[in-house]
Amino acid sequence: MEPGQHKAHEMATKQRDIGVAEFFARNRHLLGFDNKRKALLTTIKEAVDNSLDACEEAGILPEINVEIIDMQNDRFRVIIEDNGPGIVKEQIPSIFAKLLYGSKFHSLKQSRGQQGIGISASVMYGQLTTGRASKVMSKIGEGEPAHVYELKIDTKTNKPEIISDATKEWSKPHGTKIQIDLEGLYQKGGQSVDEYLKETAVVNPHVTIIYTNPKAEQLIFPRATDVMPVKSEEIKPHPYGVELGVFMKMLEVTPSKTFQQFMTTEFSKVSPKVVKEICEIARILPNVKPKKISHEEVEKIVKAIPEVKIHAPSTDCISPITAELLEKGIKKEINAEFYASVSRSPAVYRGNPFQIEVALAYGGDQPKDKQARVMRFANRVPLLFQQGACGVTKAIQSINWKPYGLNQSSGSLPVGPLTILVHISSVWVPFTSESKEAIAHYPEILAEIKLALQEAGRSLAKYTAKKAKVKGELKKRSFIQKYMPHVATGLQEILGLDKADEEEILRNLDIILEAKRGKLDNMEFDPTKNEEYDEEWAKIGKEESSDEEYGEEREDDEE
Amino acid sequence: MNDVVQDIKKIAQQVYDHIKKAKPPALETPVRSLSNVAFDKKEGFFRIQDSVKRRALTASTIKSFAQTLRMMGLSKELVESDDTATKREAYYVSKNWGDARFSEQPESDSVMDDIEAMLRVNREQLGFIPGEHGGAVAGALTVIDHDFETKKEIKIDCTQFGSGAYSIPSSVEHLKFETKAKFILAIETQGMFERLNKHNYWKKENCILIAMSGVPTRACRRFIRKLSDEKHLPVYVFTDGDPYGYGNIYRTLKVGSGNAAHINEFFCVPQAKFIGVTPDDIDDYHLPTHPLKEIDLKKIKDLLKNDPFIQEHKEWQKALQQMAKNKVRVEQQAFAAHGLNHVMEIYLPEKISDAKKWLP
Repeated sequence: MEPGQHKAHEMATKQRDIGVAEFFARNRHLLGFDNKRKALLTTIKEAVDNSLDACEEAGILPEINVEIIDMQNDRFRVIIEDNGPGIVKEQIPSIFAKLLYGSKFHSLKQSRGQQGIGISASVMYGQLTTGRASKVMSKIGEGEPAHVYELKIDTKTNKPEIISDATKEWSKPHGTKIQIDLEGLYQKGGQSVDEYLKETAVVNPHVTIIYTNPKAEQLIFPRATDVMPVKSEEIKPHPYGVELGVFMKMLEVTPSKTFQQFMTTEFSKVSPKVVKEICEIARILPNVKPKKISHEEVEKIVKAIPEVKIHAPSTDCISPITAELLEKGIKKEINAEFYASVSRSPAVYRGNPFQIEVALAYGGDQPKDKQARVMRFANRVPLLFQQGACGVTKAIQSINWKPYGLNQSSGSLPVGPLTILVHISSVWVPFTSESKEAIAHYPEILAEIKLALQEAGRSLAKYTAKKAKVKGELKKRSFIQKYMPHVATGLQEILGLDKADEEEILRNLDIILEAKRGKLDNMEFDPTKNEEYDEEWAKIGKEESSDEEYGEEREDDEE
Repeated sequence: MNDVVQDIKKIAQQVYDHIKKAKPPALETPVRSLSNVAFDKKEGFFRIQDSVKRRALTASTIKSFAQTLRMMGLSKELVESDDTATKREAYYVSKNWGDARFSEQPESDSVMDDIEAMLRVNREQLGFIPGEHGGAVAGALTVIDHDFETKKEIKIDCTQFGSGAYSIPSSVEHLKFETKAKFILAIETQGMFERLNKHNYWKKENCILIAMSGVPTRACRRFIRKLSDEKHLPVYVFTDGDPYGYGNIYRTLKVGSGNAAHINEFFCVPQAKFIGVTPDDIDDYHLPTHPLKEIDLKKIKDLLKNDPFIQEHKEWQKALQQMAKNKVRVEQQAFAAHGLNHVMEIYLPEKISDAKKWLP
């Protein structure tokens, strides 16, 4: 008996003891709870994302109530209430008090909470920092009671711990309300709850958000349209996007009798001919039972898939915001002189359909000497952190912005009075980490962002070129006008004209000048021209100290 | 005199009429450069051609358009009050024209020249006089001028200046001459002029000495022309043997310049002959030389390629090519290598008597 064996047993026991909940409790930064400020935002973000997804799934125009109550000593009570379809009683404890529950594991459907840990992580965070249970109330329809739970998570077993379970009358026909007490920090600024909710409203014009911040100020973001976004369809995964682990899991749970049946029913765009080609390369039989396929064979299959030509997945499962609504949103936020928006056709990366939409706002009251402001969105969710690590930023930096009338040192963001908004919709948005803050650098995605921005950039270039031309022309005209009085004086001296004649000369010279050089468009910024602009709205989320302005690069949290 | 005022008014009236009818106004002045002259073989001078500059309500010409009108206004005022202003004074007058002021005198001089060219008069008729010295005269000549106050005649005997000289005034039209001299010798440098004057060369040869001190001024050119025409005197020119002496000093004296092309007709001396120093003289008189600089060679190339006068005369092309080939130049003073009086005792008498060795 080796002493090391004993040690190994001991270690194995210890390792088993660390449950999934405990692991996450110890690694909260992976989930967006790095610091108190971010913890508050992440909690609200998870809850709002869930509410919006649920409403849209049920075809209900969302109305979300967000309230943050300052309970002193860095403690906050967060209450989020929606008018969604509600949750059936049995599921409530698991959804809110079990990590990784109901994870949309291999379901491919455009949604906000597509991946990641969900609201239960917030419940756990609150419990860890305040010792308090979270309260959930949900009602699924008229005539039904509202169920009210007090919940905690057993961090060792990752199972819901039900503190209380009751029913209550709720005047609302249906909806869900959650209340979490947690340790947090409330601050305004570019990465604040205020900014997050506002940006959410910008890209979700069908949503009404009523927000009461810890200072008891109520902000209402009313919906701008009653039209719901096109409902996104769930699609089967495409073989090109499947990873080994997922593939193995799918083989394990499939009811299919043969590999060929498995492939053709569980994946999109796979025909028997495609299966035959995969099998030939991987050297397996199409009629083998899925559960009998060895790990080695799975590896061969996954390797074989990219070598076989498979049709791209259908892309009609994507629900874009549309260029028009995107532009409307940015107009509300930024008072600029020029706007452009572009919605690309859907494209595919690694078997996953995605679609890029961009909007540009140029000039106006934006600072001229600072880097462009970047607003990033994924599936209608604002991304406020890790701008530097994001594929969107990389795509912007890879574009030469000079032809569009901006300054830029190579490889950097452009400098000038510009806001760049980029939205990616996808059945599976590839984030660089579970905290869903930065988009992964897939070449197909970067290329689409680049193409969209270049298209918008070309119309911007037309505008800036015209503006530069008008500016040059104005300079010339004012130079000419500077000397016109001397022409008049010269003529007056030679011909002995009187004051009235001189004035007539000046008037006529102006007429001649305009007739000769053409009428000039007024390119001066008119702050009242943009009727969508809402000054109060634009102020939301801004630091109260006046020295931080928009357009400044947002600081990312230390990583 | 009143003709000039009439002309100024006429041009200003045309501009004014255009403006009154809301039509774009413009002034047109002849282009004054070698590119806009042709050598008039019959008359023997550079005649101005038809290219014009247009000044109007454009960003590139509005300033000079306004300045031209204001300068015309100043000229009218001067002529009407029988006053004059030097070119320098005119430049200073512009300093209270606000934005239309000139920043350097060459700018105001140029506008002045444009007005001359436009009106086809010379600047003295416009009331402007040059600031510079017109040239020095010594020898067998009496100049008849008058006192400006009493209008009484003054006779100036150019033999009576000792080692000094009579100074040519900026305006020479009113002068009259008495002389029995045989020829006029126009000399490039003041130094050579003084040597010849001091040693009474003019007495010995019965001639009139004129120092040009570089490129002759308009007054100097006009003085020589008038004197030569009225007294039927040949004009001999004596410069350094270098591209500047040939292409600038002699050429300008004889046929005029590009810049003042509009008045060349009166401000040139087509009868002038070049006696030296020629490239041949270097060998003939064993003269010490200096190597040509890069800029001299460039100047020779430019003269051969662009100067209508040189292009008209094979002899000059030959001389310049010879100089370019030998890569040397020679100064008037070089004759001192053979003794200080070699130039007046040997060189000048020999060259003046041998027309075959002249250049046209």
